[in-house]
Amino acid sequence: MPPQLKRLIPLFAIFIFLFLAARSFLVPKSFGEQGHYRFNSIAENKEKAMIYAGKEACDDCHSDRIQEMETDLHKGISCETCHGPGSAHIANPDSIKPMIPKGRDFCGMCHSLNPSRSKLVHQVDLKEHNVTENCIECHNPHLPCQMKK
Amino acid sequence: MSNEEIGKSRRKFIKKAATVGSLLVTTSLFTPFNAVVYAVERPKDPSKTWWGYGIDIEKCIGCGRCANACKTENNIPKQPFYFRTWVEQYTIKNDGTVKVESPNGGIDGFVQSVPPEDIFKAFFVPKLCNHCYKSPCVQACPVGATYETPDGVVMVDETYCIGCRYCVQACPYGCRYINPAKNVADKCTLCYHRISKGKTTACVEVCPTHARILGNLNDPKSPLVKFMKEHTCLVLKPHLNTGSKCFYNALSGEVR
Amino acid sequence: MEQNFQHLYDMLSQVQGFIYPNELDLQWGLLIVLYPYITGLVAGAFILASLERVFNVKVLGPTYQLALLTALAFLLVATMPLVSHLGHPERFYEILMTPHSTSAMAIFGFVYLWYLMVVLLLEIWFDYRQDIVIWSKETKGFKGRIYKILTLGVTDLSPSTIKWDDKIGYFITVVGIPSAFMLHGYVGFIFGSIKANPWWSTVLMPVIFLFSAMVSGIALVLFIYMAVSFFRKQKIDMPALDSIAKFLFYILVIDFTMEGLDQIHRIYEAEESFEILFLLVHGPLFLTLFVFQIFLGTVVPLISLGTLQLYKPSEKIRKIIYLSCSLLVLFGIFFMRWNVVIGGQLFSKSFYGFTGYKLHLLGSEGFLFSIIWVIIPFFILAFLLWLLPPWKKVGQHENN
Ligand code: HEC
Ligand code: HEC
Ligand code: HEC
Ligand code: HEC
Repeated sequence: MPPQLKRLIPLFAIFIFLFLAARSFLVPKSFGEQGHYRFNSIAENKEKAMIYAGKEACDDCHSDRIQEMETDLHKGISCETCHGPGSAHIANPDSIKPMIPKGRDFCGMCHSLNPSRSKLVHQVDLKEHNVTENCIECHNPHLPCQMKK
Repeated sequence: MSNEEIGKSRRKFIKKAATVGSLLVTTSLFTPFNAVVYAVERPKDPSKTWWGYGIDIEKCIGCGRCANACKTENNIPKQPFYFRTWVEQYTIKNDGTVKVESPNGGIDGFVQSVPPEDIFKAFFVPKLCNHCYKSPCVQACPVGATYETPDGVVMVDETYCIGCRYCVQACPYGCRYINPAKNVADKCTLCYHRISKGKTTACVEVCPTHARILGNLNDPKSPLVKFMKEHTCLVLKPHLNTGSKCFYNALSGEVR
Repeated sequence: MEQNFQHLYDMLSQVQGFIYPNELDLQWGLLIVLYPYITGLVAGAFILASLERVFNVKVLGPTYQLALLTALAFLLVATMPLVSHLGHPERFYEILMTPHSTSAMAIFGFVYLWYLMVVLLLEIWFDYRQDIVIWSKETKGFKGRIYKILTLGVTDLSPSTIKWDDKIGYFITVVGIPSAFMLHGYVGFIFGSIKANPWWSTVLMPVIFLFSAMVSGIALVLFIYMAVSFFRKQKIDMPALDSIAKFLFYILVIDFTMEGLDQIHRIYEAEESFEILFLLVHGPLFLTLFVFQIFLGTVVPLISLGTLQLYKPSEKIRKIIYLSCSLLVLFGIFFMRWNVVIGGQLFSKSFYGFTGYKLHLLGSEGFLFSIIWVIIPFFILAFLLWLLPPWKKVGQHENN
């Protein structure tokens, strides 16, 4: 064998060995268990906290409100759609209060007249429909067909 | 150099090149490049979950609550450049031109800027990660930091992602972004922390009209399978063969 | 973490039509333009060197070592733009530890290592071994010590060992040619395999990248050869220069044909994405594509080099033409990379609109930081030429 190769082959062998050694240290623990990824990552993703509690969670304390809503057209809408995330409120019902949406624009997000909007939802022209007052002055947000006045 | 010598050296070279070439070919036979058939297998066992998603464009009213809830639930930067789900307003005018808008992903609601008499057709299209099972993004990730779970959800391992952005380029649907706080790729996880605990995703939770449906494609009784049976459903960009598992009812050809 | 989003809000005003909301910010900027540019220079310079050795183009003798050292100087920084643009550069090792077999980008680390360690370093080492041994005996001090290390302890200068240098060096060059093709064809594949992007996704992409790499590498060696001769106040070897220019011309013809073929195919097929690509090349890319890449970078050099194939003016004029052509080609190929990388991200994958790109002066993706990676190779080359001056070599490989 030529003397060059006698020197180069061990050098490359050392290099490859070092690479493999580094590899056995650096590849994370659960890598490759189920596929080409770190399997523990699934569990880590599962652990994240829920911010939205879900409508069923409100049922424990506000079941009257939920039952009441079932009777009217907003029945399909989750409480958190309007009141925002509720997990924090459920943990501390007295100190943390969910958002109370106010204002015409809020109802308008679903009800303002827009030709793109599905005809399934009744729409009003915000510039014409009782402009002077807030929607909830007349409509009960939980029972929208029931008029307050 | 005489002709004969040239011929000799040429033959010598061809011989050598042929040896090298055949060596390369044989080694490549032993390690086949399997990108061609890249796909995650759907569980054969019907008791195992295989997540899918349905969107009923006819029902979407464009309130944008889904995009808003998604940002809150998953702690996504509030700036209008990072979305895991968003809503687009499509307006097809009488002259055939298409106008698409998605101001702040629809979180602040929509206004129709085209006068009603010019509108041929208008509708909203919610978008989110399609959780493809032949995902171009998973295929492209060089390190295995993005993957598809055995139950069919495409996720990112944020402790492993190197931030090369190749997956962002590979996603045909624009569903990935680089999280500016973490400097890693980020995307819809189908609220994996919720669905694995029996809850539904934040976007489905807040949808007022049930235009969004989450379901198990392996369960014949799931609402999603029912939805797909009752409606003619399409996926986005079917020609790219991404194996999208996000099924749209009433999807118009203009939607891309 | 406090973040400044102002530049993104400014970008919102540059959006034309509709883009997916996540598409506003370009993911790959100037650094990723440089990455294929620099690897292209490497592959091209190497292929020019192989012409001399494997294909026995004797006239190119004076540029053989220069081309190799140029390739090495640029290869050493080739990964730097890539690594420095990562969101987590400190995790770069993962690409070597757990390469994903289906990812076009994953094997870059290995292709790179193969090319650096097995091809370039070894070829240069075998080519210079005899000289390094001689210099290690003649030179004192620090430089002498470097030579000693570089011999790797193989100081045997017997004719049979020197013959082995030659044989193995030749063999490595033969292996090196497909490796160089692979290195750059593969960089083209990184883009060409993205089916989501119609501007990138074409089977011709690796071929185009390869030929444009050869064009740019040859132009670079042409330029460096003239520059080095100028600094050393040496007379330029005109036949060598003429034949480099001849090769540049031929490859440029092939490159131009390939790119033309790609575009003609695209225009004739006129798929779903055609309208947006048409708007792209006539709008945001007009200057960089038609003026910089095609006119200045391709047509002008093609015509002037082509003319020289038929008609030979005086040496001085030829030199000026070669110099300006090589610079124009380097400029044009840079914008070819730009048009691919930046152009491919300017239009929305919804095909309904465009986002903008603003090159910043400062910052990790900025102009100043990026330009460093183009300047450093020249310093490395200067160092390599000081350490391994081709003009002081005694050992010359015989051509097999
Ligand atoms: C642990 C019991 C509990 C649960 C579960 C609960 N709440 Fe409450 N909630 C309360 C209490 C107690 C109050 C305070 C009652 C009051 O002030 O009259 C309250 C008040 C409210 C208010 C009025 C706040 C105000 O400023 O007046 C809203 C809105 C509300 N809850 C929404 C929700 C929603 C939405 C959910 C479901 C996500 C929910 N709550 C779940 C106990 C609960
Ligand atoms: C359409 C949006 C909407 C939905 C859905 C909704 N709310 Fe409300 N809710 C409101 C608004 C608006 C107010 C403020 C009413 C006011 O100030 O007069 C309110 C007020 C309340 C209050 C404060 C007490 C009161 O009556 O003023 C409670 C408690 C409450 N909501 C609970 C619920 C619960 C529980 C649900 C789910 C079953 C729910 N809401 C669903 C819009 C909504
Ligand atoms: C998240 C979307 C959403 C929001 C916000 C919302 N609504 Fe509704 N609303 C609906 C849906 C869905 C229906 C049922 C479909 C229908 O009949 O229009 C409905 C029905 C109604 C109706 C009955 C229409 C009829 O048929 O007579 C009224 C009135 C109404 N909403 C008023 C309000 C008011 C006032 C607010 C603001 C407090 C509000 N809505 C906020 C979605 C919403
Ligand atoms: C002055 C009291 C008043 C105010 C304020 C008011 N409404 Fe009404 N709204 C009514 C009455 C009365 C009706 C039923 C008669 C009708 O159809 O016009 C009605 C009907 C509706 C309907 C059903 C329309 C249909 O086609 O059946 C919707 C939806 C509605 N309102 C939404 C809103 C919204 C959203 C707001 C706030 C922007 C609002 N309203 C403010 C009194 C009011």
